[in-house]
Amino acid sequence: MTADQIIFILCAVVIIVSALMVVTTRKLIHAALWLVAALFGVAILYAVLQASFLAVVQVVVYIGAIAILFIFAVMLTRREMLDKGAQTRSNWWLPALLGLLILTGLVFLIIGQPAFSRTASEIPADVDTLRNLGTALVSPDAFVLPFEVASVLLLAALVGAVYIASDKKK
Amino acid sequence: MLFLNDPINFISGWLRGLLTGWGLPGGLMTVIIYFIGITVLIVFAMTLDILLVWVERKVVARFQDRLGPNRIGPFGLIQPFADIIKLIIKEDITPAGADKLLYNMGPVLAIASVIVLWAILPLSAKIFGVDLNVAVLYLVAAGALGTLSIIVGGWASNNKYALLGAFRMVANMISYEIPMVVALLIPTILANTMSVQGITQAQSGMWFAILSPLALIIFLISAIAELGRSPFDLNEAESEIVAGFHIEYTGMKFGLFYAGELLHAFTFGGFIAVLFFGGYGGFFGLEKIGFFSWLNNPFVQAVVFLAKAMFGYWVIMWIKYSMPRIRIDHMLGFNWKFLTPLALVVLVNTAILSKVLVGLPNWGYVLGMLFSNIVIGFITVEILRAYGRKQRKAEAKPAPQSAHNQEQAA
Amino acid sequence: MSIPLSWYLILAAALFAIGLFGVLSRKNAIAILLGVELMLNAVNINLVAFWRYMDPAKMTGQVFAIIVFAVAAAEVAVGLALIISVYRRRKTVVADEIDLMKW
Repeated sequence: MTADQIIFILCAVVIIVSALMVVTTRKLIHAALWLVAALFGVAILYAVLQASFLAVVQVVVYIGAIAILFIFAVMLTRREMLDKGAQTRSNWWLPALLGLLILTGLVFLIIGQPAFSRTASEIPADVDTLRNLGTALVSPDAFVLPFEVASVLLLAALVGAVYIASDKKK
Repeated sequence: MLFLNDPINFISGWLRGLLTGWGLPGGLMTVIIYFIGITVLIVFAMTLDILLVWVERKVVARFQDRLGPNRIGPFGLIQPFADIIKLIIKEDITPAGADKLLYNMGPVLAIASVIVLWAILPLSAKIFGVDLNVAVLYLVAAGALGTLSIIVGGWASNNKYALLGAFRMVANMISYEIPMVVALLIPTILANTMSVQGITQAQSGMWFAILSPLALIIFLISAIAELGRSPFDLNEAESEIVAGFHIEYTGMKFGLFYAGELLHAFTFGGFIAVLFFGGYGGFFGLEKIGFFSWLNNPFVQAVVFLAKAMFGYWVIMWIKYSMPRIRIDHMLGFNWKFLTPLALVVLVNTAILSKVLVGLPNWGYVLGMLFSNIVIGFITVEILRAYGRKQRKAEAKPAPQSAHNQEQAA
Repeated sequence: MSIPLSWYLILAAALFAIGLFGVLSRKNAIAILLGVELMLNAVNINLVAFWRYMDPAKMTGQVFAIIVFAVAAAEVAVGLALIISVYRRRKTVVADEIDLMKW
């Protein structure tokens, strides 16, 4: 058991437990905060995978923006009776069965492929992943078009969200 | 490896030798040494925090033309310890209906979001936590954690004022993250790297404060807004919202919030020093002269860095104790209508100039950047003056006379 | 790095299954969005793991993951704006009660 594996297993336990609490807890605020814990675990996983930029961006975008959006939305749509009573539908065993089936199918697929049990090779020392990422995002024969389209998408989402959420009765 | 030249490697080598003598496996030894290093760093940060309480109270007293604490210990130096004892022996109250786990987690998250910043603060070229290659983005991420702590604290208190204060504070912090990120991109462009060690070493020619003073001003303003200090402290103004999101916190929990805010201010002072004032170095090449080679000593560099950080902290305190509070809608309008467009303009200007001025000698580069910043500053001030003039004219126009009044006057 | 790739993939599959369960079994619309976020994170873990284990010199996996970040942020913003707007009119966020268009 190397240190890497211990860190991975701890991280994985945190992520899975937090995710289970997200989907089963009764109070919605707690669910949003358990989501923060799960997202933080995923950020640590990115750091273990040596994708340092993604780890930090995960914290900034997911925890710093999306999770806070969720918490605000929960607080703004809160009514006292909503947190009591069943939070899951009465036929919850059907989605649980479906989830288990999908999980088993995927695990069989993964274990069946011998190529998936490889361990990672070292990143050669002259490969600067951060610089490569920056170049890939703005270089014309790499990914500048998806980058620009993503920015247009974010603009559309910004305008749409502001318009939908604004109070038009005034 | 003398201790004076390379303290961290010396100590870690000595510890490693000691632990190998006791027969520990290699991996465990590394983990233990890392933990010891982390503990030492946190102890240093928290001890500095205690000193900062004293500094804060003395400085605010001098700004307000009085003496400050001077009874306990020489110059009142024991005062923070008296404060700590008072806070610890206070009764620990949890309000009825508060979410116990979240209520207790709020202050811990608040101070944790500050201490994680000390991992990347470069005290010297050889004394630092870790040389992250995305350190500048890490600063923004720690701010995001701070935002979370405020929401958790405000909501868990089960108090309308706390929730309202928390909402305002979070709206403030999220809004001011944008000019802060844009202002942080400017030293990144000038130094070609996001790592703080790289940025410090890139300033050995010229400080970034001189290359781009507008970036310094924008970062300073957004940092003060992120901290929630005056003039952006409507969220904890006593006369308006009665201490905002930490109304219900008493005793050491409030102490953690307060100490966290002071340490956060000092850490931002440290970042201003690193990003704009040359960090632990920046002597314009003086340390290369043989006589001044003691300037390369890690301890001297650490002292220089702490002095610059204290200067940055003093500037933040100066602004806090000299200016009145800004209203919440003015705060947000200032951010979205003025600071963000200005920051984006300065960013585009720096990006273009850093490629256009590539061929010039050093002084040409410095003068070009400085001149462009002055031009942008001048144009901004002119636009603001024209806008202010238009507003004043609109308010000074006589109100239109209604028909009834005109009949009466005639 | 001594962690086989399959560990990451199994973790991502488990996270995806849990997110799916959350989406299909929760009543509150915001809780459904929380499940969607878990699924998007599972996809991201997969992308970054494949990037690291197959070819770290080409940045395709990381760029894809960044685009997924942007899309997730956009979707959460618009989704929550919709939910808040619906809450204002109908005073409910329970997905079953938003049924004006059912016949």
